[in-house]
Amino acid sequence: MRNESFKILSPCGILGYGFPDASFENGLAENPDAIIVDAGSTDAGPHKLGANVAIVSRRAYKKDLSRLIKAGRERKIPVIVGSAGGSGAKAHVDWTLSILEEIAAENAYRNVKTAVIWADIPKETVAAQLEAGKIEGLSRTVPPLTKERLAETTGVVAQMGHEPIAAALENGAEIIICGRAYDPAPFAAAAIRAGFDPALAYHMGKILECGALCCDPGTAKDCMIGEIKADCFEVRAPNPLLRCTKTSVAAHTFYEKSHPYLLPGPGKLLDLERCTFEEAGDGVVRVSGSRIRPALPYRVKLEGARKTAYRTFVIAGVRDPLLIEKIEDVESLVSESIRAQYADLDPADYRINFYNYGKNAVMGNLETVQAASHELGVLFEVVARTQEIASTVCASVRSTFLHYGFPGRKSTAGNLAFPFAPSDVEFGAVYEFSVYHLMETDDPLRLFPIEYRIMGGAV
Amino acid sequence: MTRLYDIAKVLRSKNSGPFQVTLDILFESVEDFRRVAGSGRLTRERIAALYRLNESDIAEIVFHEPMLGIKITYDRTGASSGTVGERDVYGAQQHAPLLDIEIP
Repeated sequence: MRNESFKILSPCGILGYGFPDASFENGLAENPDAIIVDAGSTDAGPHKLGANVAIVSRRAYKKDLSRLIKAGRERKIPVIVGSAGGSGAKAHVDWTLSILEEIAAENAYRNVKTAVIWADIPKETVAAQLEAGKIEGLSRTVPPLTKERLAETTGVVAQMGHEPIAAALENGAEIIICGRAYDPAPFAAAAIRAGFDPALAYHMGKILECGALCCDPGTAKDCMIGEIKADCFEVRAPNPLLRCTKTSVAAHTFYEKSHPYLLPGPGKLLDLERCTFEEAGDGVVRVSGSRIRPALPYRVKLEGARKTAYRTFVIAGVRDPLLIEKIEDVESLVSESIRAQYADLDPADYRINFYNYGKNAVMGNLETVQAASHELGVLFEVVARTQEIASTVCASVRSTFLHYGFPGRKSTAGNLAFPFAPSDVEFGAVYEFSVYHLMETDDPLRLFPIEYRIMGGAV
Repeated sequence: MTRLYDIAKVLRSKNSGPFQVTLDILFESVEDFRRVAGSGRLTRERIAALYRLNESDIAEIVFHEPMLGIKITYDRTGASSGTVGERDVYGAQQHAPLLDIEIP
């Protein structure tokens, strides 16, 4: 028998962003049935996945996670983390598990049934599906996946749907650490398993996964409560200073999606065209009319990153009006001088790029405003086959630019104001998304193996 | 004539994944939405010109009255988010060309 409603407490937009204790306590006072948090995003770029690093610091992540585990233990409700460690690959999940074990040891938690759901897809699986023509780019400008690009990719993850997470709940898991998951899936899994409508469950998940970002004012550093019922769901912030309005929740439905009401997810399409948002008083918004339909064949989104170069960069300011007027010409002349200086290097081994903040750095070629400011921030980078080439060439770009005698110059002592010494910053490797594709699968459960562990050891 | 910026309640840009940028224009009232949606000023042609894109680079322009919003999604035609040559990792500052569109 299904209960009348099912409540989920979402503490924040990304695990490690932080959330106020008072909001979390208010949320817990509403007796949620589960605590669920999304830890992932591709928004921070391909480096997190490619270099196997997290979006947030270990300290911030542990601080948030330990509060969730403590509440889950005290109340005997499940805690689910989606896209562990940010990108949800094995290294990110392992990192999360090591933090979890630390939390268990420090708090003497024993005998906690924990499920780990892996989202790494073996390259052989991807290669076989590629061969079979069952992989395609997510949008028009995604470069086609080739065997070569796949080989250069650090590792591939797929976004899981609710199915494996619901299975782990069914098997009695009290803590579930998911690898890469479709952001709403962990929320949807709990609500679907509790017997509620998948359309409402996914739509509620889509809102809750960002914490209180759907409020007015919106923030990813505060909690949300979602309560799903037979024919609707309601969202509200436990922090009395944050309120949901029709506009704020509808606006959030638009957030970072390519279409306003058709939201493709693993094996399904969420259709929000006819859903309605009503203000139910006291900062509560009630949503109904969400629909979902299967999208067959079942396809999962794959993500992978490859290393493309190494970078060294410099930030400097320019205040001289003549240099500002001629900035792009001078930058071209500097580049030419460097090309001549390093004639012994293969020209394909490095690139020099200039970004003129105060002119067109934010939009680049898409910028239509041509007026420059009275001062410019000039960022220049050298991206190269090796870090050594990047740093060598960048140092020469810096010294050449600093002293370059452009026609008509009166400021003959130097062209650049460096805010820092040393001025050159070794950035390390640069990555790109080499895999951002949909892959057909016959079995969305088998792609995401579930491993059960006893956290803190069995007693 | 009023600027779109002055009518919209929300006017923003953001990644829709690393290979697309999406522009959201949201309104407080159905009157504001209809005024803009019915003005004919937000066309594929106009957006392409404002962003120096080809019309085929624009994946979606959708006017959705129930949510009082307009969504425009275009393909990143150069580098994808977070790699060399791409300038806005989150795509969060690409909305400015829309601000000055004049709405009768």
